[in-house]
Amino acid sequence: MVNIIIWTIAVVTVLGLLLALILYLVAKKFKVEEDPRIDEVEKVMPGANCGGCGFAGCRAFAEAAVKAPNLDNNYCPVGGNDTMAQVAAILGYEVKAKAPQVAVVRCNGTCQARPKVNSYDGFSSCAVKATLYAGDTGCSYGCLGCGDCVAACQFGALSMDPQTGLPVVDEEKCTACGACTKACPKHIIEIRPKGPRGMREFVSCVNKDKGPVAKKACANACIGCGICAKTCTHDAITVEGNVAYIDPAKCKLCRECEAMCPTGAIHGVNFPKPLDKENIKSRIKLRQQKAAEAASASASLRDPVRANAPAEAVSVAKVKEEKKDE
Amino acid sequence: MSKHTFSIGGVHPHDNKMSRECRIEPLPLAPTVYISVAQHIGAPAVPVVAVGDKVKVGQVIAEPGGFVSAFIHSSVSGTVKSIGPRADLSGRPSTHIEIAVEGDEWLETIDTSDTLVTEIPADNKAILDKIRMGGVVGLGGATFPTHVKLSPPPGSKCERVIINGCECEPYLTSDFRTLLEKGEQVVVGAAILKQVMGGVPCTIAIEENKPEAIAHIREVIGKLGFSGIEVMEMKMMYPQGGEKQLIDAVMGRQVGSGALPISVGAVVQNVATALAVYDAVQKNKPIVDNSVTITGQCAPKQANLLVRVGTPLRYILDYLGGVPENAAKVISGGPMMGRAVANLDAATVKGTGALLLLTEKETRRAPESHCIRCGKCADACPMGLEPFLLNKLARAKDWDAMEQNAAQDCIECGCCLYSCPAQIPLLDNIRIGKGIVLGNIRARAAAAKAAAEAAKASADAKK
Repeated sequence: MVNIIIWTIAVVTVLGLLLALILYLVAKKFKVEEDPRIDEVEKVMPGANCGGCGFAGCRAFAEAAVKAPNLDNNYCPVGGNDTMAQVAAILGYEVKAKAPQVAVVRCNGTCQARPKVNSYDGFSSCAVKATLYAGDTGCSYGCLGCGDCVAACQFGALSMDPQTGLPVVDEEKCTACGACTKACPKHIIEIRPKGPRGMREFVSCVNKDKGPVAKKACANACIGCGICAKTCTHDAITVEGNVAYIDPAKCKLCRECEAMCPTGAIHGVNFPKPLDKENIKSRIKLRQQKAAEAASASASLRDPVRANAPAEAVSVAKVKEEKKDE
Repeated sequence: MSKHTFSIGGVHPHDNKMSRECRIEPLPLAPTVYISVAQHIGAPAVPVVAVGDKVKVGQVIAEPGGFVSAFIHSSVSGTVKSIGPRADLSGRPSTHIEIAVEGDEWLETIDTSDTLVTEIPADNKAILDKIRMGGVVGLGGATFPTHVKLSPPPGSKCERVIINGCECEPYLTSDFRTLLEKGEQVVVGAAILKQVMGGVPCTIAIEENKPEAIAHIREVIGKLGFSGIEVMEMKMMYPQGGEKQLIDAVMGRQVGSGALPISVGAVVQNVATALAVYDAVQKNKPIVDNSVTITGQCAPKQANLLVRVGTPLRYILDYLGGVPENAAKVISGGPMMGRAVANLDAATVKGTGALLLLTEKETRRAPESHCIRCGKCADACPMGLEPFLLNKLARAKDWDAMEQNAAQDCIECGCCLYSCPAQIPLLDNIRIGKGIVLGNIRARAAAAKAAAEAAKASADAKK
């Protein structure tokens, strides 16, 4: 009886040692060389697996970051500069601090400004609604209001405002991962730099219809009049396809365009003081008068005959005056 | 004689043909019409009139913007008031030509008499040209330019022309009334199509719920003495009027995924299109009007009206007594494939075949519940797809898998949605995926074409 027990133990032990040896040899022979830094990088990642960096998840990002020669094309918008500094420290790369970004909803067609012309009772999804028709208001570019962006946000940063019927971004929670921009079938949401102390100017409309059509559909629409582009002294505003766009890299946050916009489509957020329209307008007027005087003075120097002709700048100012009065 | 139908799927909704006894009556002219330049599949037409121009009925007001495009004619006589964007039936702005109606003066070249012309011109090229000049498009719903369909690519051979008189959508009766009242013209139109395609046999397919039309067309064929045109009595089944389903039902052949009907030797044209072909070829009359069924439980009056293209919907409904209080939706087309109209100020287009008024109770959707894997949608799908799977894939945004499961073959007939006991918005989700899959396929084809051209250019450069 004791013999059997001893034998059994011996056989199992020898078998175990033998198999362990085989496993050891196989593991040695077929070992997959993996950079240990991948694990280290993955550890400092936020772990949201949101795909905002363009990779399938945090692990995929870590693998790509380790392989890449520098970090120029790899940036984790969720972790931001802190995470990227840690990643750079692990990998021994340099990383340029990026300006923090945030999702911006470019539609201000509130329920009051954009009256409903029909009611939608189909499946509550912006994607479905967009395949069926233009939407329940006269604007075929604006927010559809079914909240696909809210559902797409993993960070709880978006919510629908029942008052306006538009999505609202919680700047504290938004990580600028861009999931909402992909979910929106109307491409209304844009990832923009947050701006200094959160201050930023943007055109809150994407309507490409001609002025009268856009205006009829929504009181707050950008009508592509171009007054903002003419007013801007920093060359930051372009008007293309009947809609204006402010380049955040060039904008100096002077708020002149916002004051001049006839429909209120340009929004400035997080400014410490409310917009003083009259002050800014008189400032612009003064500047334009000075420019006109300078132009006529230089014209009279060059060509005394043309001196009496009204300078172009004055006529532009006049047009703006007339438009303002309307 | 056994009745034919297609081999897979299909549903059997109640046919509700409430307006079947109403004769087609001409609608009085509206004070203003708005004629869209995008009434067909393909490139929008380009306006050739200016504001202030006087136009007559049948005058060309917009020319084709490409090969797959069509002429647009003025449907009224009067003055062009404006050319600009206006919301269409779906609420999207598109270019419309606004014409203020003054009198009803037709172009002199158009034969407006009722005499039946049975002599078919011998020159097929001239016939095709007349069809093109007449702005004829498929009036079954897709509005594909007819002259393009009648010019098959080289190497393909047509073996049968099918005239689609199924009208399988519930409620609709305009094709039925056309067959009864303009049967002779439809048969001559069919004979013209038959001749253009090389004298192949022609089948006029009519569903069994229209026995009067079947008897009448048989009688007309006998009376006019055309050989090679026959009437086929079809079993009632939706979506029998679908092009691929009808070919299967009539010829027993199945059109492959992504292929055109001509690949199996079939050309399908709607009854209304056959009539438009007759008008264009025999009477020089372009498409300026079409018959529209106005029906539904809450419709002010059941009617089949001959409506000039570009008439505002509100004008049509006001003529019949206004939109009733209890109407929740006005649908352009039938209840299965039609789309709810976004605004009643939109104007009719060539393809507008019906206005269906439904009450709130009829349009209400029950809340969605869980899929119980009953497989009813897969049984109902006439294209042999698996809607429950496609729905899941669309929600997971797995477009590649959707392509592997042939989402691009969906004909959007709505059978899956109709048969689903859990009220899952199957078609809504599949439609999103179908759009993206088709976009991917087109992008790949364009990329392949560009790569081939680049390779050819570099090969030429080496020489």
